[in-house]
Amino acid sequence: NLRKRFLQLSGNEETISREHLDTIPALAENPIKAQIIEAFFDKRNQRGDEAGAFQEIGFEQFLMVMCHFRPPTLKMTAEEKEAMRKEKLRFLFNMHDTDNDGTITLEEYRKVVEELLSKSGAIGQETAEAIADAAMLEVASTNVPHMAPDEFYEGITFQHFEQILKGLEMESRMNIRFLDVDTTTMRCGRSTS
Amino acid sequence: MPSRSGSQRPPGSGRSSPERGLLLLLLLLVLLPLGDASSAGVGHQEHAGNHTAANGRHNFTKKPFPVLSLDYHHIQTPFEISLWVLLASLMKLGFHLIPRLSNIVPESCLLIVVGLLVGGLIKLAGEKVPPVLDSRLFFLCLLPPIILDAGYFLPIRPFMENIGTILMFAVVGTLWNAFFIGGILYAVCQSQPDLNKLSLLPCLLFGSIVSAVDPVAVLAVFEEIHINELLHILVFGESLLNDAVTVVLYHLFDEYSAAGPVTVLDAFLGVISFLVVALGGVLVGAIYGFLSAFTSRFTSHTRVIEPLFVFVYSYMAYLSAEMFHLSGIMALISCGAVMRPYVEANISHKSHTTIKYFLKMWSSVSETLIFIFLGVATVDGPHSWNWIFVTVTVILCLVARVIGVIGLTYIINNFRIVKLTTKDQFIIAYGGLRGAIAFSLGFLLDDGRFPMREMFLTAIITVIFFTVFVQGMTIKPLVELLAVKKKQEAKRTINEEIHTQFLDHLLTGIEDICGHYGHHHWKDKLNRFNKKYVKKCLIVGERSKEPQLIAFYHKMEMKQAIELVESGGGVKMPSAVPSTVSMQNIQPKKPPPAKSAERSLPQLPKGREEEIRKILRSNLQKTRQRLRSYNRHTLVVDPYEDGFGDLLIKKQKMIELEKKIKEMNNYLTVPAAPPDSPTMCRARLASDPQAYSVKQSSDSVPTIQVDLASPQSPDSVNVMDEFRRAKQQQEEEEEYQGLMMKPPQGPSGPNKPGEADTTRDPQKLTRCLSDPGPSADEDEDEPFLS
Repeated sequence: NLRKRFLQLSGNEETISREHLDTIPALAENPIKAQIIEAFFDKRNQRGDEAGAFQEIGFEQFLMVMCHFRPPTLKMTAEEKEAMRKEKLRFLFNMHDTDNDGTITLEEYRKVVEELLSKSGAIGQETAEAIADAAMLEVASTNVPHMAPDEFYEGITFQHFEQILKGLEMESRMNIRFLDVDTTTMRCGRSTS
Repeated sequence: MPSRSGSQRPPGSGRSSPERGLLLLLLLLVLLPLGDASSAGVGHQEHAGNHTAANGRHNFTKKPFPVLSLDYHHIQTPFEISLWVLLASLMKLGFHLIPRLSNIVPESCLLIVVGLLVGGLIKLAGEKVPPVLDSRLFFLCLLPPIILDAGYFLPIRPFMENIGTILMFAVVGTLWNAFFIGGILYAVCQSQPDLNKLSLLPCLLFGSIVSAVDPVAVLAVFEEIHINELLHILVFGESLLNDAVTVVLYHLFDEYSAAGPVTVLDAFLGVISFLVVALGGVLVGAIYGFLSAFTSRFTSHTRVIEPLFVFVYSYMAYLSAEMFHLSGIMALISCGAVMRPYVEANISHKSHTTIKYFLKMWSSVSETLIFIFLGVATVDGPHSWNWIFVTVTVILCLVARVIGVIGLTYIINNFRIVKLTTKDQFIIAYGGLRGAIAFSLGFLLDDGRFPMREMFLTAIITVIFFTVFVQGMTIKPLVELLAVKKKQEAKRTINEEIHTQFLDHLLTGIEDICGHYGHHHWKDKLNRFNKKYVKKCLIVGERSKEPQLIAFYHKMEMKQAIELVESGGGVKMPSAVPSTVSMQNIQPKKPPPAKSAERSLPQLPKGREEEIRKILRSNLQKTRQRLRSYNRHTLVVDPYEDGFGDLLIKKQKMIELEKKIKEMNNYLTVPAAPPDSPTMCRARLASDPQAYSVKQSSDSVPTIQVDLASPQSPDSVNVMDEFRRAKQQQEEEEEYQGLMMKPPQGPSGPNKPGEADTTRDPQKLTRCLSDPGPSADEDEDEPFLS
């Protein structure tokens, strides 16, 4: 049960801070551990339009973040599925866009790739940069096919992000199996209608 | 005959080739019965030959030396085999020459019809039809290539994600089908006077034979309808994995049909036997898979025989499994799936292509042959038609399948994250095709113990025909009608790859935070184990440490490099979409490095500006002229010959453009230009399509670097807004068609801003559309467990 887990993580207190999540042993192997933890404390992932980060989160905010990982139910209509996909993509976007300017710049994207490859041994930084550059180029090519040579592609906006990840079908993939919690009854704020 | 062969003539094509094909075909069809005739006669001839030889030894008479003699039976068997293979391949050719037909009717149906016709022809010629669908031939020669092809290219990720569902359908579904059909058939038979003697066990045996979904038929039909990946893997996976169930049930009922009633102990042993068969098959396959992967580690000096190892090890896995009566199909699948990621990391690119094409070729020929033989065997086989039995069988097959699928989905949906909709269920039920495996198993039945064998065979054939023809033909329009999601044709992009990896880690992390060990957690653990231990032994050299994202990136670059070469060097890489975006568009604006002389300049007085402009202009002209000659003489020949032609064209265009620029010099409105702008401009013009060179950079990232012919001035960095704007104005008037260049990526950090800037020059990019090249192959770049 999520509530129990929350209490277990927080040491039976009301709120969790970053150190609590940091100490989970299984997370140590995860290359993007820092980003995941940060995502929990990111205000943008909560209901409402604030920005910035919490220092500690309560159970409600914890649940709110978990809500992003609900699977779609059979009874959902196409619009609901679309909304759910947007929600999940937004979560991912927020994870990449660390300075909260609404776009993922090349630097931020490079950082993402670097982090992904960080636990995989001694990979040259140039390789990571090359991959990030190629990926960015791809985004730019797909979304803004005809750019004059000296125009500058600022960064990946949310629409572009949606566009390039269209093929991945987030609503079917970004899901956690919550065995103990019936996700359909979880009150998840603005997405449930 | 003429009408059918006539239809092969493609509309509007030359007269010679179809006629030749026609003649060849007729020749084939004539030779086949001839061959069989002589095979029938050869037995007699041999005896006669022996006698005459024996006699001849006593009185050897001198005959004139035969200059030309016909000795057919010397080469008979290989000749006949080749004839059949040739027939199959020509049929396949013919069908694809008639586009309308192949859209309406699936290939498998046409092939069965051809088989029927050939069988009919042979029978008409009065010859005995060869027992083509002999079970040994089928199981040992025809089936393995298809299964190996399926197993080697099995998309592991969707397969593993849905393994629970697949197993449920394969095991429980097949059991349900077998018992349902067998039981009800028994009840029906009891009520019929003529079928009374059919006891329960033969009925159950029959049920188990006819209930198995056939991988060959499923492959043949589903390949043409391009259905979405989930449904494809569900039906296909089921057809592969139900082999274990079929084997066990078959042997069980076969053994005990004579021995009397089945006790509980027997049933229990049956269950154990099932586990042994299934797991044993997988284990045998995995062992051979690892052996093969290990062997491939040492093949760096003998690249030529690399594909052989893949094929031989897999075949041996199959035979070893069959030796112990384990499930050969599962052994093949697991062998192929296990060995693939390691072998592919070890073998050369050419070997990889060889393996791919050989597998596809063999499986294609096998499939064609199987369907043709099915037709031939139908004409030949002893038939005993019993209306009631046959119709009840057909109906029961359908009903059992539908009920089975609905029932199982209801249970399974409680455990699935992404539930199966009614549409999905319908397609799964409808895609349960029966095929040649059922027929061969029926053929294997012993006539003595099963007096109703012929009736069984007839019923099996009817079911096969029904499913392949009716369901096979109608599934495509139904898929369209129900608007079922189709397969995505797009290639995997690097963004998708990055995010797939990212998602994996993210979900694993979330699971860890939630504290429950879901399948991401175990997958992650398996991956880490794989990376740490297994890859080290099985993959040669340093590729064992390569993370999967990088491997993907390399593969992609390799592919694009090949595309670049094949399209004649006019392609910008990497991009899947024609666009004018280049590296310069995404390079961030960086403040110019301190060592560059020109920083933000103060406003120059007007007079000075004019001077500068003049200097610029003259320099431009000079440098252009200089460079032109520079270009011609220092042109490095493209290592890829194809690109040379393009190059010349581009050079011509460039010359024309330079003339235009000279005319337009009046419009040059260059504001405060930095003093070293001549270098700037020179560098700008230097970025012309000149030398191509493919260099392997020092680190392991293969990139195609376009070397700029003139030396890069390290201080030619200018990222000032004004200058940019100026160039923008220039650019609007200029119409410079040049090749877009990608600045060399790689360890050239400090130069990067400079290069980025120089190539960001006013060159409007022509998009040289590359020709599509080899058609996008099925994406088999699926990594092993991510």
